[in-house]
Amino acid sequence: MLQAIWLIVRKDLTVEVRSREIAYTTLFFAVSCVLNFAFALVREGRPPQDGAAGILWISIAFAGTLALGRTFERERQSETLRALLLAPTARPAVYVGKLLGIIALLIVAEAILVPLVSLLFQAPLLAHPFWLLAVVLTGTIGFSAVGTLFAAMLVRARSRDVLLPVLLYPITVPVIIAGVRGTAALLQPEVDLGVVRFWVALLVSFDVVFVTLALWTFEPLMTD
Amino acid sequence: MNRPRVTPLDFDQVVVDDVSRHFGRRRALARISFIAARSAILGLLGPNGAGKSTMLSLLATLMRPTSGRIRFGVLDVEIADERAPALRGRIGVLGHDLFLYPELTARENLAFFGGLYKLPDPNRAAFAALQRAGLADRADDQVASFSRGMRQRVALERALIHDPRLVLLDEPFTGLDDASAAALVARLKALRHAGAIVVIATHDLDIAEGLLDHAVFLRDGRVAHSAARPEGLRSTYRAVMGTPGA
Repeated sequence: MLQAIWLIVRKDLTVEVRSREIAYTTLFFAVSCVLNFAFALVREGRPPQDGAAGILWISIAFAGTLALGRTFERERQSETLRALLLAPTARPAVYVGKLLGIIALLIVAEAILVPLVSLLFQAPLLAHPFWLLAVVLTGTIGFSAVGTLFAAMLVRARSRDVLLPVLLYPITVPVIIAGVRGTAALLQPEVDLGVVRFWVALLVSFDVVFVTLALWTFEPLMTD
Repeated sequence: MNRPRVTPLDFDQVVVDDVSRHFGRRRALARISFIAARSAILGLLGPNGAGKSTMLSLLATLMRPTSGRIRFGVLDVEIADERAPALRGRIGVLGHDLFLYPELTARENLAFFGGLYKLPDPNRAAFAALQRAGLADRADDQVASFSRGMRQRVALERALIHDPRLVLLDEPFTGLDDASAAALVARLKALRHAGAIVVIATHDLDIAEGLLDHAVFLRDGRVAHSAARPEGLRSTYRAVMGTPGA
């Protein structure tokens, strides 16, 4: 199973390195989103208080939705998702492989978004890099865990582009809220690490629940 | 040819027993029964919408029957059964869509699928497969740059790279020129000779003529006619379907 997961992740990254399609569209969209917020909300060089956390997570969620849609569109075009499901390995390996590929792509986007938001909104996001990494990574895993499952389910639905955000956002609202609150806690003048730990622990528990449910439901959802 | 390392669940026939498949209220297949035997080529013939591709998806374990059973030899394997992955290791599928990544080279595509099928040396298996397809000199070109016929040849090798017992082909002659179609027919005969169970869904009665050991004519999701060692496929098709034929 581990070999299949590794092969799928490596294949997805190879395809992306060749085409750069998802990286460019996701980054362009996310950076445009942050710039729009900056032009709208930063007045005379003064950003809104506590706005950076929300803007960062809105950008991650929108960019993630775009990346999820495009990743599975690629698998739909030559019906390669069916070929993956035919492989002699447990089908949840396909889910995990696709999930890790999405997470890797979003981490690349976040590596650009975090300094950009930090710069434009004068937010000390990088003052506690370990805790920021913990919040962003656990939030990204939770968002991607649900998104990967829904994007795979909808791969043959005609209105998948509409249905994906409609299904995804209500379910991932708790993850986004915990991500925003955890990030906002890191931006306080005096950071209370106990509060940050609480939000990270909540995000970890969301991750465990979402990934477990997705692994459990992936095979029946993909075969019926 | 490379053999998969997984312990295969082998079988010498596939028995489709009273299988139906519904999509919501729409009936795609109704009470289909046939046996596909080893060292034989079975053709699923019928017009668009007759249920051929759905039947292939059921045989490939990509779907569950709504009712009825599909037995692989003595095994009655459910899709969620723990033996299902090993069973899938004995099935090769060439779909109407080719299951290839256009951004990857031919060698990378085949090595990727060889790896998924746990071949001991996927790169070597990929190169050997490309030699069989006559595409060794294009091994490191992206599949996106290939013609439809070349892609079809790579896709066939992808379906066969793990030496499957059951080979399922959906419209395999689409887009092939005469030489490529003749090469595919020769390959199918070689598979039959090697003991594979080959099931083809096709419209192309001219090519199927003389190739099939068993023909199952599907119409509106039902078996309209079935014949062993079929001859005069086009006239039989006309008589069964009541149309001028494919």
